[in-house]
Amino acid sequence: MSDDVLFFKEFSIMGKDFSNAGSVSTEIKSILKEIGFDRLIVRRAAIASYEAEMNVVMYAKRAVARLSATPTSIKIEFQDEGQGIADVDLALEEGYSTATPEMREMGFGAGMGLPNIRHNADEFDISSEVDKGTHLIFTIHADGNNG
Amino acid sequence: MDRYYHPIEIRPELCNGRMKCMRICPTRAIRVKQGKAQIIDELCVDCGACITVCPSGAIVPLTDPFASSLNFKYKVALPSPVLFSQFRPEADPRKVVQGLKKIGFDYVCDVSDACEEVSIAVEEYLSSYRGRLPLISQLCPAVVRLIQVKYPDLTELVAPIEVPREIAARDVKQKLSRELGVGLEDIGVIYITTCASKMVSIKQPAEKESSWIDGAVSIADVFGPLFAAVSDIKDEDVDVDGSEGFRFSAGWSMLGEMTRLVGSEHSISVSGLSDVTQILDDIENSRLRDVEFVEAMSCLGGCIGGALVVENMYVARSSTNSLLRKYGSKFTADRDKVVEKFRKGHYSLERELAPRPLRPLDPDLAKAIEKKKQKDTIYTSLPRIDCGCCGAPTCLAFAEDIVRGTAKLEDCIYREEKQNG
Ligand code: SF4
Ligand code: SF4
Repeated sequence: MSDDVLFFKEFSIMGKDFSNAGSVSTEIKSILKEIGFDRLIVRRAAIASYEAEMNVVMYAKRAVARLSATPTSIKIEFQDEGQGIADVDLALEEGYSTATPEMREMGFGAGMGLPNIRHNADEFDISSEVDKGTHLIFTIHADGNNG
Repeated sequence: MDRYYHPIEIRPELCNGRMKCMRICPTRAIRVKQGKAQIIDELCVDCGACITVCPSGAIVPLTDPFASSLNFKYKVALPSPVLFSQFRPEADPRKVVQGLKKIGFDYVCDVSDACEEVSIAVEEYLSSYRGRLPLISQLCPAVVRLIQVKYPDLTELVAPIEVPREIAARDVKQKLSRELGVGLEDIGVIYITTCASKMVSIKQPAEKESSWIDGAVSIADVFGPLFAAVSDIKDEDVDVDGSEGFRFSAGWSMLGEMTRLVGSEHSISVSGLSDVTQILDDIENSRLRDVEFVEAMSCLGGCIGGALVVENMYVARSSTNSLLRKYGSKFTADRDKVVEKFRKGHYSLERELAPRPLRPLDPDLAKAIEKKKQKDTIYTSLPRIDCGCCGAPTCLAFAEDIVRGTAKLEDCIYREEKQNG
């Protein structure tokens, strides 16, 4: 299998930019669809990146997202500058959320974010520093076959 | 299957290559080669947008000509509820029913009951359904195609319930065959349609062997003769009992009617393909978590904005509202009976709707990734102004055509200039 073939693309996301929220994950999804990954794999990647993107929009100042796709894996990274997460373990608990009531009212921050990303990924790694930012990397394995 | 039936045709002798269709097509299915528009089979979802916009009348719907619809022993008209909104609100809708009989139909069938039954069936289905949400309405064939082609992963969300027109056609055929003692094959049910896209679900249904409907004529084609016939009917000649139990509840001609009848609090109605696309993207990102049901129609405003109607959608909507005021829009269906029929499978689809995903850039993933990269590189080298002179609707579509081998870089007029000078 030729794992040296790599598609790479970088995106930038602005915090609080609710009007464009979701556009990066939509683009990631269409790239993966276009390449022809299995639809269940694309679904997982789309859901996880949407969650990650919304986290940036809600809590960070700005972020860079990177997509690296090979025939056997889809790696997606979100590196943001912002408030960071004080207790990563707690944030990974189902239902935990620091969303403001306004955000919840708008349907965001039901505490689905990080756990949902981890749930949809095969590999998941997060590191965060308060007042600096969060670096999230997750990978979804593909079997090298076209969906 | 590599050829899909499409209910539209471009007449090359009439096409002036003015590219309006190419620019409006929501799935970028049109190319203009040697001055003539062509449709890429695989990409077209039959939305009909190109028909409406063509200044030369070169794109024609392949609905049945009105005359040929009369080739059955017993002819049943099954009008889309939109038909009634095409007349002045003062016009008695019973005259329209009578008019249809004057122009050659033996029986006119109301789709209102079937609409109610289907909404109850959808509600029943939703109430015991525990799968992925939201479910998406099955009414508009163009939206269903769009999902099969561009959102294959959402195909499983299309409500697996038969559409009202099919149910009405089946029920009326069985009823008449019983009552009149004639064979089912002698009864022809002709749908009077707002769009060509419903032709597809009649000629090449996605979810069953064959349709119960035998043909479709467009509202536009039938309107001339019908209008004349209706105008001839004097008020005192209105046949009060002859309208076969018509309720003029105007069925689902208006966007939002289905969600209203289905009665789910967590539902949305969306129309116009670009908005529909946006909602489908949201569903794919699993953004619409709290929504249970989405009514999605390809035409702006729903079927009332279809390509083959004669009245402008705003006027038609106001006329529908007056019909609703006059005739009410109350439920008359016997809920328990419908639920029982639902449990017996009366409203189920014959077979599951299958995704129909687009051909990937390459069957081999590694090669597909290479091609995707090539496509992006080519795209960045283009002027990215979507001038259309190459015959593709956008520079991006052109880049893809090059990678797929159906266009050449030289076709871009700006590129050549750059290289020569
Ligand atoms: S019917 Fe719609 S999808 Fe098909 S070619 Fe025309 S505009 Fe495009
Ligand atoms: S909205 Fe109605 S008229 Fe328009 S394409 Fe869909 S079914 Fe046809």
